[in-house]
Amino acid sequence: MNGHDPLRRRHVFVVHAEDRPGVLDRVASLFRRRSYNIESLTVGRTDQPGVSRMTIVIEGDDTTARLMEANLYKLVNVLHVENLTYKPAVVRDLALIKVKATAEVRAQVLQVTDVFRARVVDIGPEALIVEITGTEDKIQGLIEVLEPYGILELVRTGAVAMTRSAEEVADRPDFIAARFPESAA
Amino acid sequence: MKLSGAQIIWEVVSREGVDTIFGYPGGAILPAYDALLDYPIHHVLVRHEQGAAHMADGYARASGNVGVCVATSGPGATNLVTGLANAHMDSSPVVAITGQVATPLIGKDAFQETDVTGVTLPVTKHNYLVTRTEDIVPTLREAFYIARSGRPGPVLVDITKDAQTGQAEFEWSDEPVSLPGYRPDLRPVSEEFRRAADLINAAERPLILAGHGVIMSAATSQVVELAEKASVPTSLTLLGLGGFPPRHPLCLGMMGMHGEAWVNTAIQRADLLIALGMRFDDRVTGNLSTYAPTAKKIHCEIDPAELNKNVRVDVGLVGDLRATLETLLPLLAKSERTDWLRYIDGLKGDSAVRDIQKLPDDGHLYTAHVINDVCRATGGQAVVATDVGQHQMWAAQYYKHESPRTLITSGGLGTMGFALPAAMGAKFARKDAEVWVIAGDGGFQMTAAELSTCAQENLNINIAIINNGYLGMVRQWQEFFYDRRYSATPIHSPDFVKLAEAHGLRGLRVESRADVEESFEAARNHEGTVVIDYRVEQEDSVYPMVPSGNDLDKMIRRPQSNPIYETADD
Repeated sequence: MNGHDPLRRRHVFVVHAEDRPGVLDRVASLFRRRSYNIESLTVGRTDQPGVSRMTIVIEGDDTTARLMEANLYKLVNVLHVENLTYKPAVVRDLALIKVKATAEVRAQVLQVTDVFRARVVDIGPEALIVEITGTEDKIQGLIEVLEPYGILELVRTGAVAMTRSAEEVADRPDFIAARFPESAA
Repeated sequence: MKLSGAQIIWEVVSREGVDTIFGYPGGAILPAYDALLDYPIHHVLVRHEQGAAHMADGYARASGNVGVCVATSGPGATNLVTGLANAHMDSSPVVAITGQVATPLIGKDAFQETDVTGVTLPVTKHNYLVTRTEDIVPTLREAFYIARSGRPGPVLVDITKDAQTGQAEFEWSDEPVSLPGYRPDLRPVSEEFRRAADLINAAERPLILAGHGVIMSAATSQVVELAEKASVPTSLTLLGLGGFPPRHPLCLGMMGMHGEAWVNTAIQRADLLIALGMRFDDRVTGNLSTYAPTAKKIHCEIDPAELNKNVRVDVGLVGDLRATLETLLPLLAKSERTDWLRYIDGLKGDSAVRDIQKLPDDGHLYTAHVINDVCRATGGQAVVATDVGQHQMWAAQYYKHESPRTLITSGGLGTMGFALPAAMGAKFARKDAEVWVIAGDGGFQMTAAELSTCAQENLNINIAIINNGYLGMVRQWQEFFYDRRYSATPIHSPDFVKLAEAHGLRGLRVESRADVEESFEAARNHEGTVVIDYRVEQEDSVYPMVPSGNDLDKMIRRPQSNPIYETADD
């Protein structure tokens, strides 16, 4: 039960969908219905009017990920699905951390912030707000270092991701979901 | 030409080739019903909206065309939900049109307001809320297109009352519908065909598992050609029955929980399964971890999300089944596979007789008698709609469907109450066909109100109620797995003969096998709906049975000496 399944890992999907009422509901409903374990989901507009972009992180094995991809394609409003897990990609999370920092420890906190290349975006007499962008690990690292000072409030956006290649997203999905690469082995 | 939204609805529906719709009026759909009087579309007034959805489903399955049901907002629409879920699970093309409260009232908890697109989201292939008159044409066209293309399914279009009363320019175009995110036209790549063909050519003990996709893709002759060319015995899922000629020497019959023992045994011994338009439902596989342990698997399926969902497969061919098989067939070598066919024949023994002749000669009427006799009397040519439970499994075992789209049954959802309305829908789709309902006494009572619709429509169908005084399948599970503690399964029924007569229909009662044939004569010679109350043996069970989650070849057999089961690799 508690054993670590080596086949399970984080899968990062980028989903382009029509920007219409109810589309997010359809995506969320799909995860609930198929019992996919969702770690984060972010949504935003894109440079294309009428198209929104989601970054979805799930935990599961490769078969689960492929099924999820195929099920996402079944949603009529979903235009394109890309699994970035095995591709060179930039994955970033943003966090705002309000940490207790009175005059005595403020210098230490600022130093830690600096080491992590985070930015202080607000300073008050008792506390300051740190903004950090980076991988999940990096953010987790900063949180652990700041914890002893007292974290008053924390918010994270969830991952956003993009492939490193210069290729544009195909305007017609090539439906890798329909093919079957991994079973060839 | 300016038309009202209500008129536009019927302009589109009639252009989509729909001649009959099933529905129930109400406040939010009143404008559409008012306009309906001016269109040559026959409206069947149901007695409950669930019946409308099932009728549209039955209409769709019998004809292959989209079935249409109509309901008002709120309770009208929520009553459709079971029918939509049923159509969704069995991939039946249905378009549901529902009225919605006027746009300014949405979100205000107005009278008869329900978030219908929200409620039906998980049980439809897609759904829409239309608030503007000018959106009705494109939305309804998309709805019909989505419902019938790819893996078919139900699509709901919720139209606000003000969109129905508003005016818009009506223009019709025959341009194909273009949806950027919807790709129903997937095709496998050639390398996958090669791999599939290599597996088939190399197999020694292959088996075809043919499902609903064979029927929906009209691929029967391609499947027969595959079976004959490569000498592959063919088994069918419940929804695949009718997709392969039952008297063909390579036809083994149904697989799964109540499938033929020799089929399940053959699946467990096979070295290759060729799955055609089926989805490895748990009622078909039994215990997944021991399912077909020695077999490689080829899965031909239109829905990519079905591949590797339940059973890990070696080659997946995604696309329309008939097109897939047409490409695959030339790649196959002609084979004999004499040993494998002889082995299966050995399993099969005198299977064609089954255990019907072994039933005790105690003067009691058994369901197997009734269904076997219906099959003989109709030559396997009737359209048979069944409900869910024991009678459904017996019908699957004993009614030999000679052609596709003649078995209409609730496979995935297992919806009691489906048979009567589905048969009615099928009758409207195929007016010349002989249509039979086979239902249990329990399920029949769930939608028996539609008898009144039969009378109003002067519908000519025959209804066989398999009346054993129990919710039979649940009783059977209680007998096998709950120590015969019959909790809530004995069921009282009205006098079905009088019930039929109260509706102005013909009613008959049959209590012995000797009278079965006579009841057919009476039913088939009567113009109109006939209800026949068959009083069958009360505690009969369906055999063989793979208990839920068991290994597929560990079946419970009829507890009496029976040469058929003994030959099936005991």
